[in-house]
Amino acid sequence: MPLAKPTVARINELAARYPSKQSAIIPALWEVQHEQGYVTDAAMAEIAQLLGLPPSLIEATASFYSMFLTRPEGRHEVVICINAPCMLRGADEMAAYLERAVGVRDGQTSTDGAITWHSTIECLGACGGAPMMQVDHRFEEDLTPERIDTILERLRQEPAPHGTEPTRAEAVPPVKGEKVRSGAEGARPRGKKAQT
Amino acid sequence: MGIKPVLTKDFATENLHQLPFYERTGGYAGFKKALELQPDELVEMVKKSGLRGRGGAGFPTGNKWSFLPKGMYPRYLVCNADESEPGCFKDRYLIEKSPHQVLEGILIASYAIGCNLAFIYIRGEYLPQHDALEAAIDEARQAGYLGKNVLGKGYDIDVILHRGAGAYICGEETALLTSLEGYRGEPRLKPPFPAIKGLYGKPTVVNNVETVANLPHIVINGPDWFGAMGTPTGKGTRIWCMSGHVNRPGNYELENGTPIRELIEEHGGGVWKNRKLKAFQPGGASMMVLLPEHLDVGLDFDAIQKAGSLAGAGAMVVMDETTCMVDAARRYVKFFHHESCGKCTPCREGTFWMANLFDRFEAGDAKPGDIDLLLDIGYSIDGRSFCPLGDASTWFPRSVIKHFRDEFQEHISEKGCPFKKTVQEAVA
Repeated sequence: MPLAKPTVARINELAARYPSKQSAIIPALWEVQHEQGYVTDAAMAEIAQLLGLPPSLIEATASFYSMFLTRPEGRHEVVICINAPCMLRGADEMAAYLERAVGVRDGQTSTDGAITWHSTIECLGACGGAPMMQVDHRFEEDLTPERIDTILERLRQEPAPHGTEPTRAEAVPPVKGEKVRSGAEGARPRGKKAQT
Repeated sequence: MGIKPVLTKDFATENLHQLPFYERTGGYAGFKKALELQPDELVEMVKKSGLRGRGGAGFPTGNKWSFLPKGMYPRYLVCNADESEPGCFKDRYLIEKSPHQVLEGILIASYAIGCNLAFIYIRGEYLPQHDALEAAIDEARQAGYLGKNVLGKGYDIDVILHRGAGAYICGEETALLTSLEGYRGEPRLKPPFPAIKGLYGKPTVVNNVETVANLPHIVINGPDWFGAMGTPTGKGTRIWCMSGHVNRPGNYELENGTPIRELIEEHGGGVWKNRKLKAFQPGGASMMVLLPEHLDVGLDFDAIQKAGSLAGAGAMVVMDETTCMVDAARRYVKFFHHESCGKCTPCREGTFWMANLFDRFEAGDAKPGDIDLLLDIGYSIDGRSFCPLGDASTWFPRSVIKHFRDEFQEHISEKGCPFKKTVQEAVA
C-alpha cells in the first residue's frame, strides 16, 4: 500500500530539515509506522525513493532498531520491563499475571486484536515506579494485578492511539514454529535484529 | 551535604513545563546573561566551575568544549537524551518537569561553543518526553529564544529534536552520532574524538541532559557558587535515581559527597519490609556491586571509584537480603547481550556466552567449572571490546562472583536457584 499523502509530505519536510537527507531515515520510519502500524518492504522502498537513497540502506537501518515493527500488531502495545531493578520489585510476577490476563504468550496478540504484549529486558526508564509497563508508550507505574486489570479493560474498549490504523491486523495468530518464551524468561527481540 | 535542590528547586511549581511559568522562576535569564558574554568567557566559566559530565564518564565539561579545533565550522552540539542505563530515570524526570531548563542549557552550550545547529537525541521509548521537548522548542522559538538573530544579539541557533528507536548502544556518543546520521547505531573508533570529527565529520560536542541543565545555574550564580558545592573533584549536585528494595524509590538531588547511607536510609526510607541490606549498585547496570560496608562512602565520582565501583549515570539500585545476586547479574547480562550492536566479536559473542551460562545457573544445569568459565569470558571481553558496552557488561557479574561466589556454588549444588519462589506460587 503506497504511503498516504500527508506521510509523504512529512518525510519530504524531514529530509529538508537535516544537513544530510540520510538523517531523515529514522524519522521517516517513525512516520511510516505511525501511519501503517508497522514497516513493510514496500514502505521502505518508498522512503528510499523519497530520500534518493538505496533501499538497502533504509532496511539496514530499520533492522537495527528494536522499536520498528515488521509485522502487524494489536491496536495497543503493552511492554513490561523485566530488567533487574523491576525484577527486584516483582516484575516477573506482574509479567506472569499480564500473560494470564491478556490470555496469550509473550509477543502475541489477544484474540480480539486489542492488545499485543511482550516483556522487555531493555530498561524503560521508570525504575523508581517499578514494576512498570508502557502502554502505547505511556508509562504505567507501581503495577498491581488490579491496576493491570483496569488498564487492560480500558484498552479493550479504546481505539488505536493514532486513529484507526486500518492496516493493523484484527488478530494475529502466533507464527508457526516460533519459539515462545514466558514473561519471566527473557526479552523477545522485536523486529529483526542482526545479532539474534 | 544532603538534599540540595538546584536543578530541581522549582519542580514543585505547577505548569513549570510551560514557558511563562518557567520564566517566572527566573528561566532564560541564564541564556540572556550568557549572550552578554563572549563565548570564550563562558567556556572559561564552565571550566572554572568544575562541572563534570553527568552522563557516566564524568569528563570535565569545559575541557570537552575547549577541545574543538579553532576556526573549524560548522560545529554541532548534541544533547544526549538517550537515557537507557537500567536504573536511570533522571533525564526523563528533568525533561518531564522542566523541558525549558534543558533547552536553555542547550542554548547556552551552543552559544559557548559557536554552534548554530544543535540536536537533541532522545530515546524512542520516551514519547511523552519527546512531546514535552517539542512543545518547549516551539514555545521558545515563538518567544525568540531560538531562530535567527536571537534576542537581537546577532546569534543564530536552531534545535532539532531527533527520536531514536530502541537501542541502548546509541547512548555511547559515537554510536549516537552514527545513529543521528541515519545509519545503524554502531560506535566509531576514537580517536578521532567527536570534538575533532563528530556529526557529519564536523567538530561536535555531546553533552548529557543533566549536564546542560546545570548551565543556566552556573551562568546566573557564577562558577564559585557552583564550585562551593560538593567535593574538591566532584562539584555541584547530582540527581540520584534510587530503585529496588527501598521504601521510597525515586529521584533525589543531593550535593556531591553526601554519604550513600543518607540517600538509602534517610531519603529512601531504608530497606523495605524491615529487611537487611545485602548489596547496592551505584551508577546503573554496568557498575560493580558494593556492600553494606561501603554505606559511608560519599556520592562522588572519585570516592565511589575508590570503593571499587563507579558513579556512572547516577543510579542507585538497592538489593535486600532476599535478592538472588545470580539472577540480578543474569538480567543485566541478558540486557547487554540484547543490546550488543554486533560490531565487535568480544562483545557480540562474549555477552551471548555469558547469557547462556547464566541461564544454565538459573536452570540448575551449571557445572562446577562454570564460575571460572564466566570469569574467563569476562576477562576476554573487558578491555578487548570496541566500545565500553562490552567492557561494562562484565563489571557487575564479575564483582558479584567476587563477593557472592557462594551463591553461584549453591546454584550448582542445589541444581537451581535457592531463592526462587516459582512465579506461579507468587501470583496464586
